[in-house]
Amino acid sequence: MWDNLPLFPAQASTLASRTDALLFFLLAVTSFFTVLIFLMILFFAIKYRRSRHPKAVPIEGNNALELIWSFIPLMIALVIFVWGASVYFSYASVPKDSLQIYGVAKQWMWKFQHADGQREINQLHVPVGRNVAVTLISQDVIHSFFVPAFRVKMDVLPNRYRTTWFNATRTGTYHLFCAEYCGTSHSGMIGEVVVMEPGDYERWLTQNGEGSLASSGEKLFRHYGCISCHRADTGQRGPDLAGLYGKQVFLSDGRSLIADENYIRESIVDPKAKIVAGFQAIMPTFQGQVTEDEMTELVAYIKSLKRMPLNVNPDADIPSPEMRRRNPEVQPAPGEPIKVPNR
Amino acid sequence: MNNVDQPREHYLNADYGIKSWLLTTDHKRIGILYLLLITFFFFIGGAFATVIRLELITPAGDLLTSDTYNKMFTMHGIMMVFFFLIPSVPAVLGNFLVPLMVGAKDLAFPKINLLSWYLLLIGGLITLYSIIAGGVDTGWTFYTPFSTTFSNTHVIGAAVGILIAGFSSIFTGLNFIVTIHRMRAPGLTWFRLPLFLWSNYAAAIIMVLGTPVVAVTLVLVALERVLHIGIFNPALGGDPVLFQHMFWFYSHPAVYIMVLPAMGVVSELISVFSRKSVFGYKFVAFASVAIAVFGFLVWGHHMFVAGISVYSALVFSLLSYLVAVPSAVKVFNWTATLYKGSISYRTPMLYAFGFIGLFTMGGLTGLFTAALGIDVHITDTYFVVAHFHYIMVGGTVMAYLGGMHYWWPKITGRMYPEGWARLSALVIFLGFNLTFFPQFVLGYVGMPRRYHAYPPEFQVLNVMSSAGASILAVGYVLPMVYFLWSLRYGKHAGPNPWGATGLEWQTTSPPPTHNFHETPTVTREPYDYEALPEGGFDA
Repeated sequence: MWDNLPLFPAQASTLASRTDALLFFLLAVTSFFTVLIFLMILFFAIKYRRSRHPKAVPIEGNNALELIWSFIPLMIALVIFVWGASVYFSYASVPKDSLQIYGVAKQWMWKFQHADGQREINQLHVPVGRNVAVTLISQDVIHSFFVPAFRVKMDVLPNRYRTTWFNATRTGTYHLFCAEYCGTSHSGMIGEVVVMEPGDYERWLTQNGEGSLASSGEKLFRHYGCISCHRADTGQRGPDLAGLYGKQVFLSDGRSLIADENYIRESIVDPKAKIVAGFQAIMPTFQGQVTEDEMTELVAYIKSLKRMPLNVNPDADIPSPEMRRRNPEVQPAPGEPIKVPNR
Repeated sequence: MNNVDQPREHYLNADYGIKSWLLTTDHKRIGILYLLLITFFFFIGGAFATVIRLELITPAGDLLTSDTYNKMFTMHGIMMVFFFLIPSVPAVLGNFLVPLMVGAKDLAFPKINLLSWYLLLIGGLITLYSIIAGGVDTGWTFYTPFSTTFSNTHVIGAAVGILIAGFSSIFTGLNFIVTIHRMRAPGLTWFRLPLFLWSNYAAAIIMVLGTPVVAVTLVLVALERVLHIGIFNPALGGDPVLFQHMFWFYSHPAVYIMVLPAMGVVSELISVFSRKSVFGYKFVAFASVAIAVFGFLVWGHHMFVAGISVYSALVFSLLSYLVAVPSAVKVFNWTATLYKGSISYRTPMLYAFGFIGLFTMGGLTGLFTAALGIDVHITDTYFVVAHFHYIMVGGTVMAYLGGMHYWWPKITGRMYPEGWARLSALVIFLGFNLTFFPQFVLGYVGMPRRYHAYPPEFQVLNVMSSAGASILAVGYVLPMVYFLWSLRYGKHAGPNPWGATGLEWQTTSPPPTHNFHETPTVTREPYDYEALPEGGFDA
């Protein structure tokens, strides 16, 4: 590989080789048709040039040929479609055993927080050979998390958590780009993903810890006074949050939902949007008071609150509905009927 | 060929003076007005592109500030898309040719036609004003909430300019639809229409149905930006992804506004320079309509990583592959038209070959971007930049220039210089590939689009691209020079220098103000070269 003229990106994730396999198939198919068309034009243009072939033979068309050259491209296109869709399904299905990392994108930097509390800016340290889920939100405009070596890209939206994942296969340092135009220093919103041996990663974690996300979130939970209403013993002013995450919630308007990160977040910035059945809409909004970093910690804290002992398996990592919508094979939350995906 | 030495009255010399042009309702004169206007916009857009390519020669952002660079690519996109490519073939060639090809005296609504030129002029001037007043930095895509809340530039000015230009497009489309329906010469049935009309008809449907959506979208952007009504910005209760749905609902079909009329031009050129009917006429005609209809159903393929559900992504990917089929059918039919033809290598044919080459590569790389798994990696990179330039510039501009050469004798009564013109086709084809092919590689390697500065390993490919752009620029300036030269020194063209069959060739060159001395009657299929009195021209 020439350093000055890379013709192919590094393959550093499980998804990269699958994406590239489809790329090579497409290159073969499209090269074949390009060469075919070019050669036919060249051949006809020379063979039937006017000096040699002064009189054209009138030919109207041929229905059989039309059907053949509609049908064959259609079949090839369908093969590409199915192949592309299967890669996309893998991309969109976050494995439930993933190491969870949170990040906030803002003009013009990336901030990441690891579960144990390590924070980093424009750098993301991850272990090799492990599924890593990155849940991202934007503080301002739309950004896009793009790691070419992993063939992973996801737009990062304001007001909505989205999760992407990868499994790095090679240690090293790789580019992280913002791929969605976001204003003045868009091209400066770059960083690097550092893929480390698991042991090195563990060491790195212990060197930089500042207390876990959940414990920071607990402090904020007291600081903002959430705790004064959201307790089991406060006479039903606010719903008890223990075991909330991943559980079915019934709303006062008859709807129900599964509590995920986006629901928890919405309930903090816009509490009146979804009122839990049996409660009054008395909670004030915290929009503009809680930063996205703090929000991440609060959500992590609420997620960490232990479930009621009635739950089947309190240690199981319950996937969010978002994750389940993307990958129906992930196990459903307690109380939710198992859906058979039709593909 | 007839030698037209005596002064004869035609649309160019029927009247003189600036008022006779600015107040004309003659579709041919309005076509010329469009030609002048969009050439002006093209060179402005080209100047921005030049600055972009100069900046990208080095990895560091050293020529411009980031803000200036962002304004450059924004204005390049806005100028080229809304003020050059969308009007190019329909507004210049379509305006000139649609009435001639149907055997009519003018378009159905000549005054609305003039109005639509003024709307493009006013829209363009407002947009130019917002450039001079400080520019716009949102990208031509105006993504929210950046455009509604965070950008401090002249977003409203550009939006108003585009909105007004959009009405120009709607009126042109309306005029074409009514003219083709109502004003065909006796005997000119639908299946006797030249394919140029079929494809402009299909594009006109998109103009009329699609453009109002982008108008609504831009109004909503303005409402949120000025009055802080929450539509797209989540901080105000809006949804930023909604904007993308609305924007692409127009802006994807807009690609077909650019490329369908171009395909129509190519069908005419391939036919006349092979002296054969277009192979599978009805399939090519219906393929245009199919592209126009399916084109409205694929907008979501711009949003595979933007936050739409997996299942809607599946549907949009599948539909995108379905729209690929009629495009492939057209390419096969053009190629098959050459079979047993009598092929001449005049300049318009070289441009048509160039179109097929570049459009094929642009279309086939669309198979990559429509494949969900690959699009995740290549969307918002230079791969996409290369892909759409192959379609919109490689395809549309090749066909537009090919059409300009082909109909130049009809428009002006003069021939262009053949040697120089062939050279221009070659220079543009080579320059184009050198400019944009490296960008496919650049994109897959991972360079995001709209980057002012980039990691040093991407430099060689960027330098290749910039070198190609300088060749391409020469290729685009050449025709401007010799077209002007030919107005005075070009050989006189007879009424039908190519031995073509279309009605436009049955009148004099340049045509009289009312196009035909007597209303033509059509008794034959569109490409019946057997019926012509003399068998064409020298190759």
